[in-house]
Amino acid sequence: MSQLALDKLKERFGTAILETHSNYGDDTALVDAAQWKAIGKFLREDPALDFDLPVDLCGVDFPDRLPRMEVVLHLYSIARHHRVRVKTRVGDEDMDGADLDSLVSIWPGLNWLEREVFDMSGVRFRGHPDLRRILMYPEFEGHPLQRTYPADRTQPLVPYRTEDEAGMPLNKLEPFGYDEGMPFGRQGPHPRAEDN
Amino acid sequence: MGDMSNANRSLTLEGNEQGFATTKVDAMLGWARKYSLFAYPFITACCGMEFMALNSPRFDLARFGAEAPRFSPRQSDLLWVVGTISQRQGPVLKRIYEQMMEPKWVFAFGTCASSGGFYDNYTTVPGIDKIIPVDVYIPGCPPRPEAVLDGLMLLQDKIARGERRAGVVKPRVDPADHVKELVQLRRSANDPSELAPRLHAGVRK
Amino acid sequence: MEPLDIELDEGELELPAEPMHLNMGPSHPAMHGTVRMVLELSGETIAKVDVQVGYLHRGFEKMCERGTWAQVFPYVDRLNYVSPMLNNVGYALAVEKMCGIAVPERCQWYRMALGELARISDHLTCDGAMAMELGAFTPFLWFIKAREMVWDILEEETGARLTHSFGRIGGMAEPPTPDFKKLCLAALPEILHVVEEGERMLLNNRIFLDRLENVGPISKADAVALGWTGPCLRATGVSYDIRKAHPYLKYDEVDFEVPVGTRGDTLDRFLVRLGEIRQSKRIIEQSLARMADSGPVNCDDPRVVLPPKSEVYTTIEATIQHFKLIMEGAKVPAGECYSYTEAGNGELGYYLVSDGSGTPYRVRIRPPCFQIVGGVSKLIEGRMLADIVPTFGSLNMIGGECDH
Repeated sequence: MSQLALDKLKERFGTAILETHSNYGDDTALVDAAQWKAIGKFLREDPALDFDLPVDLCGVDFPDRLPRMEVVLHLYSIARHHRVRVKTRVGDEDMDGADLDSLVSIWPGLNWLEREVFDMSGVRFRGHPDLRRILMYPEFEGHPLQRTYPADRTQPLVPYRTEDEAGMPLNKLEPFGYDEGMPFGRQGPHPRAEDN
Repeated sequence: MGDMSNANRSLTLEGNEQGFATTKVDAMLGWARKYSLFAYPFITACCGMEFMALNSPRFDLARFGAEAPRFSPRQSDLLWVVGTISQRQGPVLKRIYEQMMEPKWVFAFGTCASSGGFYDNYTTVPGIDKIIPVDVYIPGCPPRPEAVLDGLMLLQDKIARGERRAGVVKPRVDPADHVKELVQLRRSANDPSELAPRLHAGVRK
Repeated sequence: MEPLDIELDEGELELPAEPMHLNMGPSHPAMHGTVRMVLELSGETIAKVDVQVGYLHRGFEKMCERGTWAQVFPYVDRLNYVSPMLNNVGYALAVEKMCGIAVPERCQWYRMALGELARISDHLTCDGAMAMELGAFTPFLWFIKAREMVWDILEEETGARLTHSFGRIGGMAEPPTPDFKKLCLAALPEILHVVEEGERMLLNNRIFLDRLENVGPISKADAVALGWTGPCLRATGVSYDIRKAHPYLKYDEVDFEVPVGTRGDTLDRFLVRLGEIRQSKRIIEQSLARMADSGPVNCDDPRVVLPPKSEVYTTIEATIQHFKLIMEGAKVPAGECYSYTEAGNGELGYYLVSDGSGTPYRVRIRPPCFQIVGGVSKLIEGRMLADIVPTFGSLNMIGGECDH
């Protein structure tokens, strides 16, 4: 982890670094989305930091607060053996304004990761060479990893066969209904209460 | 659902057996087909590892005549659907099935292919029988190669008899037959491993 | 025939040619399952490739949010399904980092031994499949035979050949069996013997070498900028191995080397994996020598570890503890944490976000082969169609991990 990175970021960008912490040994900086690209460039090019390996980019949805989607970037430096996590927040309730600068020109490895964040969480990256869905199919509507997307809403590409066509029961024993089984993981009101 | 009671025994075809292979020609065709299945391994996920093990020397699939993989649907008659089928893969599976020529059979290898497995979510097809008809379901996550061989032998019976009803591979030793031994509790404050011999003794045959 | 009226320069008859589009579809004979490559070919040369993954997307991250922390273990197994123990151990370490738990020494050695066995199985499968795709079916069968030996040991220990779900937060599901050390020490020389046989057959074969050497090379700087880690990165010459750079478990107390390649081509990736099998054997032997024969495997933290069954049936505290752990899940402190280990393909990272309850808020897996497959276009463009097969095979794309 890298306290040095946090110190240099604060020194260089001042108020754009909204908060930092080092919980569990991971040095993290929450930054302002407007400075995302400048901060990325700095982390890559500063000789003392030299973060050359883009480790991971993901989105974490916190629908109860605004801005809602947290985009988390992990970086590593092979020469200096240190890591840093840089986060920013974008998007309002309907994910309007969830736009962020693409860092593909700095780390080409973020190409697919940004496509995945777009696909799963709905954050658009300005300047990405080819922003389209990567894990889901193009006809899919919605962004699955947003907390508001129900986990079992399927959008089949091939219409399912009917039992008449098959000549035998196709739906096996139903899994647990909403009221049965373990209570964790239930999100929101009963599914029949709203139009699914 | 169908012939599940004698799912694990191989039947030799006799004149008075149930089934539709009533003529000698049908019987001969059934015999020829069942021992020369050309497989299309439609492999997606972890079950593929067990499929590889199936072709390996220990669980040799070649002795059943079903080893030759033909990667073209036009040249194969047994579609092994191995692994989870996602919604994105659904149209691909359907098209490959449609391109195969009759007679054709389908294996649902693994729980994900049979019923979607524990991926009950937005992206998994809950069982390939929602898309294509299936002849033998082989549950397991992944199924042991021996279970798959049982499934293959079950399919061979069905081919020999000309039967198209679906079947499921049951475990060799059905836990439901050993309820008394399995459920017996021993109270032992000293050594919890005393429970262990009890549990295994009932099931080993 | 009429004479041509146009003026023609020598040897310059321009025919309009469009590149041919070829689809190497999602149902792939090369046993990598479900990757689709849309190729633009001009002759045999690939002008452009669009690699489309996601045909095995199973919604792992969404499923984790619907259970407890311990219920993630079966999902995690099915990520890199050729070396599931490494995924299990990695996830267990991630949650333990967040909870601040240290497992007993015996468990650490046990995890190392099982993890390295899984790594051997992963590399055997990758190299065997690569040989098979080039037409060498026999070494594939030999390597699978060796893999069966590894799986026999894992079956004896965990009960399952492939997807064991053996890791637990705070330890492992069961202690090692009494025969574990004997089995491993008997099997390892056999496995090496099989690997050597395979090497003898493959590495002196002119055809095999011609198809792998200088095919699909990548430079150090490119590989790092693409986010590559693991054997594919080490084949380019960067010796970044998390077991050496940031040791976890007891990797700093065992003696092993990190095989590193030079040119970053397919042959180097093949050889690095074979080298790693030998190093894993060394690690296993040293771990088994240091592992105690008795003692607890789980730490005794009641917040995360299930009590022994005899106590659950007799005492009320254990019943309540068992009940809360199963129904509500182990309560992991709130916050976020990133933990990384060296899996078969590289840096396997888990980014966990917890809201303090027994259900994970977000489990993000950093799949090593996602980034690697993202760089495939760089390796393949400009080369011939037949080079795709060994190149793609050498990257060891595992669908479950790449598409999580």
